[in-house]
Amino acid sequence: MRPADPSEAADPGAPNVRRRVRINTGGPAPGTPVAPNGAPTETSRGLPAAARRSSALTFGREAIFDVRDLDVYYGSSQAIGGVTMQIHRNLVTAIIGPSGCGKTTFLRSLNRMNDSVPGFRIDGTILYHGHDIYGGEVDAVEVRRRIGMVFQRPNPFPKSIYDNVAWAPRNLKMRDGLDERVERALRAAALWDEVKDRLHQSALGLSGGQQQRLCIARAIAIEPDVLLLDEPASALDPIATTLIEELMQTLKNRYTIVIVTHNMQQAARVAERTAFFSLDVSNGRRTGVLVEYDDTEVMFTQPADRRTSDYVTGRFG
Amino acid sequence: MTDAFGPLPAVTEPAGSAAQPMLDEQDNLGPVTPGLPDFSGSLTPSGNLRRRQLISGFAGGVQTVAAVLAVAVLAIVVYSVVARGASVLSWHFLTQDPPLIAGEAGGGIAPEIVGTVVIVALATAIAMPLGILIALYLTEFAGRWPASAFKLALDLLNGLPSIVIGLFVFGLLVVGQHQSGFAASVAIAIIMLPLIARATQEVLLLVPASLREAADALGVARWRTVRGVVLPTARGGILTATVLAVARGAGETAPLILLSSLFGNTVSVNPFGNEGLANIPYYIFTSSESAEANGFARAWGAASVLLAFILVASVVARIANSRSTLSR
Amino acid sequence: MSGSTRFAGVLPGNARSRVRRADRIGDAVLHGVCLAAALLAAVALVAIAYKVIDGASESISRFGLGFLSHPTWKPNPPFEIFGAGSLIFGTAVTSFIALLLAVPLAVSIALYLSMSASPRVRSVIGPLVETLAAIPSVILGFWGILVFGPFLQKHLEPFLHSVLGFLPLFGPVPTTGTGLFNASLILTIMVVPIVASISRDLFLSVPRELQEGAVALGATRWEVLRGVVLPTSASGVAAAACLGLGRALGEAIAVTQVIGAGNAIHASLFQTGDTLASRIADQFAGATTKLQIASLFYLGVILLVIGLLANVTAQWIGRRFDVSTVTVR
Repeated sequence: MRPADPSEAADPGAPNVRRRVRINTGGPAPGTPVAPNGAPTETSRGLPAAARRSSALTFGREAIFDVRDLDVYYGSSQAIGGVTMQIHRNLVTAIIGPSGCGKTTFLRSLNRMNDSVPGFRIDGTILYHGHDIYGGEVDAVEVRRRIGMVFQRPNPFPKSIYDNVAWAPRNLKMRDGLDERVERALRAAALWDEVKDRLHQSALGLSGGQQQRLCIARAIAIEPDVLLLDEPASALDPIATTLIEELMQTLKNRYTIVIVTHNMQQAARVAERTAFFSLDVSNGRRTGVLVEYDDTEVMFTQPADRRTSDYVTGRFG
Repeated sequence: MTDAFGPLPAVTEPAGSAAQPMLDEQDNLGPVTPGLPDFSGSLTPSGNLRRRQLISGFAGGVQTVAAVLAVAVLAIVVYSVVARGASVLSWHFLTQDPPLIAGEAGGGIAPEIVGTVVIVALATAIAMPLGILIALYLTEFAGRWPASAFKLALDLLNGLPSIVIGLFVFGLLVVGQHQSGFAASVAIAIIMLPLIARATQEVLLLVPASLREAADALGVARWRTVRGVVLPTARGGILTATVLAVARGAGETAPLILLSSLFGNTVSVNPFGNEGLANIPYYIFTSSESAEANGFARAWGAASVLLAFILVASVVARIANSRSTLSR
Repeated sequence: MSGSTRFAGVLPGNARSRVRRADRIGDAVLHGVCLAAALLAAVALVAIAYKVIDGASESISRFGLGFLSHPTWKPNPPFEIFGAGSLIFGTAVTSFIALLLAVPLAVSIALYLSMSASPRVRSVIGPLVETLAAIPSVILGFWGILVFGPFLQKHLEPFLHSVLGFLPLFGPVPTTGTGLFNASLILTIMVVPIVASISRDLFLSVPRELQEGAVALGATRWEVLRGVVLPTSASGVAAAACLGLGRALGEAIAVTQVIGAGNAIHASLFQTGDTLASRIADQFAGATTKLQIASLFYLGVILLVIGLLANVTAQWIGRRFDVSTVTVR
């Protein structure tokens, strides 16, 4: 991975360019209408200008996810409200924000992992390739086959390394070339060299960082369409974290990646697009809302919303 | 796909398909497998998912059938017993002696009821204090190694066949002498002991350590803490454990065959007499081995009484367990 | 001295030392008494083994180890030949069939209770399954001979004979409803709740993250159970099965009521037979000679050994594979 020189006028559509952005204390972009509290006013479309802003990066890219007015409830309490955004193909989209503002809830709603949570209910729509994920004849298992997930704490099965990776392909009857498939997945997760001599030992003997890479290998062994990563490096040491961040640059060429992270520098390092969630505490309820969503560089240098700039400059959160 | 910014310019990559540009040598992902689902297609089952879902549904059905089967067996057994016993049940039945001639109709099982009560009460009187003391030893005094050794002993005692326990007490108390209700009580106490000890130990462990620590910090002696704090807090759980053990002990038959099978026809409350005490389980047992209908009828009645007692005791104990703050 | 506790520092001098002495004595007494109770339980275990072996001594010295394989049991003088062969056979057959049927059933029930059922359904069905264990064996046996037996004899056994009669296992149906088959089914009813309730607790304790990891890989519910839940709990279920086996081996009453006290070894399950425990229950009260009683004690020794083996195996599996306490409740 060659780190990009920020002075290069990089083509936003080209793959394999990592942006090193500097976070400055600049306020909203000049020319954006601002209300007294710093939040941008709404355009004639009825949605905040920041959410609607299309960039050169997304121009012409297919929107894998089209989220419209999403509200998520657990029982009677509303976890997130009014989220509208699109997630585009082959980009790494980061979701940042203070803890408790619904980032993980949002992520898990994208592949129906919240179905088993008691009291879970959604309003609004999540379209995946134009199909409503929560529609009538949708099979949630099929959804999860196409939209994979890696969790915050590594959770390998108490099986061998090989069996961990091969388990889901075996379910899907991908029996031919299973060995090659396992090797490819482990290579893609940058784990092959470390485990190739002990494929049949227990996965629980690996270090935390290795286990997490194993979980990534496991997820991509069945070649999904999208990879959802829920704070994948938060339980890992810095070296392992760097490995995983580098992984994402390779993986995004094949998969669309959405990553939740509480570490905004990480978002700045890995993501092309960043969405900032925060808590709205009006009406006595705490609801997560999407404050701003734009190219990462813009989010960190010239955010439109005052709340965004407060967060990325560390004034709160 | 248009938006407010005008028509799309031509794009180099096809939208929405699974085909991807081949990657440079740094990339290890390799070629895309043919036969992947059309990701932009509808979200109905693709590939072999339909079949897998059928299998999963079938497995779930098997599980449900198994659970229904278990409940059905319970219902059938209880219903069979109660339906056949109901015709015989009456106040007379509970208070009269059995008929002098075995084949006669009528009569009751008063001696059996009284005998069972006496035997089980005596067994509880033996097992409960011992069980509590053992539990106290395990939680308050024992080091790690002795504790696990004694726990193993209790588990082994728990797993012994009750007929073997009957043989033991026979050899201990009856050989060379005679049967007695007391011998039966000893055997049943041995059966009840591990149940009470283990369950009491679990309850004692639930007493918050902070209570004990506070007492220790005040310089209070261990025995005073146990008497004044630990035992009263655990009282509900101990009672529940005892009730469940009683429900178990009341139904034990094997020891009774060996230790209390010869007895008179009238009510007796003396467990230390020269013969055994009449009891319900043995009564049912002998009736099932004999062949006459009137004996059957009384036996069904006796079974109803025993079953009712055990079921009520189990249900009450379970409700008490889930209500109490110390329940698991 | 009243039993009330006082701050030791508040009392005058000699009262304080009196309290402290009473404390020390009280603690020592409590410790001693509790230890004595625990030792009593341990001693009882040893005493049971000793007494049973002692009671069997006459038969052991007469027949030795050949007792275990000799198939004849003839108590009437002048024969007085005792051998446990057919009884060990009956014990093995009934226990094996009971486990064969009970473990899959119990695991299915436990999966249902822990994975599929809503909490409300679980709180009703779960206790009901455990109540099955509370039915006294004498009542189950009574039901077995008067209600279940006729059903088997009239319906189930003829059906099995007609469908599977080519196997010697399912031979012609005798006129009584008693036999190895009836006994095996009754034992199944007894073993299921034991294995089910332990398994249910095991399944509930499989970590959530593990299951979610499997779900996120696009696995169906059954695949999650088969791939993650069952393998993780396998050793615990094995330990539970050992406990169930111990129960089946030691059951005397219900078995003796429904098994028909047969003496020979047959191939067909529908024939009568007997087991170690049920022979003791059946013949002890009517035993006439000392040798017979000693032989019945000898049966008890065998029962003691295999019962302890089953139990120890359960404990060993539990400890070896770090399963939290596996005990019958």
